[in-house]
Amino acid sequence: MGDAVVTLTEQTFDDEIGTVGEPLLVDFWADWCGPCKMIEPILDEIAREHPGRLRIGKVDIDQHLELARRFDVQSIPTLILFRAGAPELRIVGAKGKGQLLEELQAFL
Amino acid sequence: MSEQVREVVVIGSGPAGLTAAIYTARANLRPLVIEGEPSSTSDQPGGQLMLTTDVENFPGFVDGIMGPDLMGRFRAQAERFGAELVTTRATRVDLSQRPFRVWVRNQATGGEDEVRAGAVIVSTGARALMLDLESEQRLLGHGVSTCATCDGFFFRGHHIAVVGGGDSALEEATFLTKFAETVTVIHRRKELRASKIMQDRAFKNPKITFLWNSVVADVLGDGKLEGVQVRNLVTDELSTLPVTGLFVAIGHVPNTDLFAGQLDRDEAGYLITTEGSKTNIAGVFACGDVQDHVYRQAITAAGSGCMAAIDAERWLEAQGEAPSDLNETITDW
Repeated sequence: MGDAVVTLTEQTFDDEIGTVGEPLLVDFWADWCGPCKMIEPILDEIAREHPGRLRIGKVDIDQHLELARRFDVQSIPTLILFRAGAPELRIVGAKGKGQLLEELQAFL
Repeated sequence: MSEQVREVVVIGSGPAGLTAAIYTARANLRPLVIEGEPSSTSDQPGGQLMLTTDVENFPGFVDGIMGPDLMGRFRAQAERFGAELVTTRATRVDLSQRPFRVWVRNQATGGEDEVRAGAVIVSTGARALMLDLESEQRLLGHGVSTCATCDGFFFRGHHIAVVGGGDSALEEATFLTKFAETVTVIHRRKELRASKIMQDRAFKNPKITFLWNSVVADVLGDGKLEGVQVRNLVTDELSTLPVTGLFVAIGHVPNTDLFAGQLDRDEAGYLITTEGSKTNIAGVFACGDVQDHVYRQAITAAGSGCMAAIDAERWLEAQGEAPSDLNETITDW
């Protein structure tokens, strides 16, 4: 079983967010960011628990700072939900699983 | 979480809570630690030290240790002796009768689970004060940050400001000079209250300048931080400081809302403790920053966590509720 959360790069990003189908939640993170690491397993769980209803991808801002700049990410973790290629929800800061599910509810 | 009554429930997992967990676990009291939910503020498993980098003043670490690493070690030690840690927050408590009841958020359902406790150790710590401006709230994540170590990276080459005059403010300001072009420390007095060593470092740092007798009147920007409006408290003049990053480190407030109306607090909201860690309710003990506005160090928090554990263990024993395999004499720690 592979990772439920897809790694996104500058090369694959636009294709992924443009893909028709379920919404894509993008996690902007970095290796040195504690709160980012705390939500990593939570996002993995959420991805596994909602197949076909939500995709989750992650962008390592150390490798792809341009993507972070493009979406004005100035704090990590930042989660941006895309539907049909457009950003529709932004969550800044780490949260517990319950709270994340609450905020994502309308999009699931 | 089962129906049984836990001998000890610890609320909070900073140095105080985890030390209490280590000691109560070693006394066979099977502590349950409600460690908190992930967050980008200090209200997270591990507490305030999760937002720092080098901790140089915790005894035993000659070359210093990173805050999250130190808390990782505390946590591992608590687990080693059998403490059970749950990654969720307490939503409410009922300390009016025993067994005490603590409700925690069920992360899967969003509902509440009830936990019953013979004794409770409160170690919910303190959180950073914000400026309490609507503009600050609106620009969080868009230039205004609660975590210098998480977000400093994004301010490479920027001109930024740090508000405050204590150790936290200077530590953040010094850390941020690794990225920022300039760091302006905005402090409402004409003297810092930080430790001498931190002050010396800040004064010697060519990237740090100080705005004395000043407070932030407003945070400016539409969608992105563009500057702060500063009021000089001596001249009453307003001026604009063009910065694209703002970090607030003006002090802390204890996390005691959960206990309002049940545990005695002083005017600043800190829990009142006597004879070590005792609160006004027998069987409820408090330790760490939640009951300390004088020292507020990791080592004093850890020390008070140990005191709370010993107080709780002795109290349970006096109620005839110590675990059955305890020796007849008080546990020799």
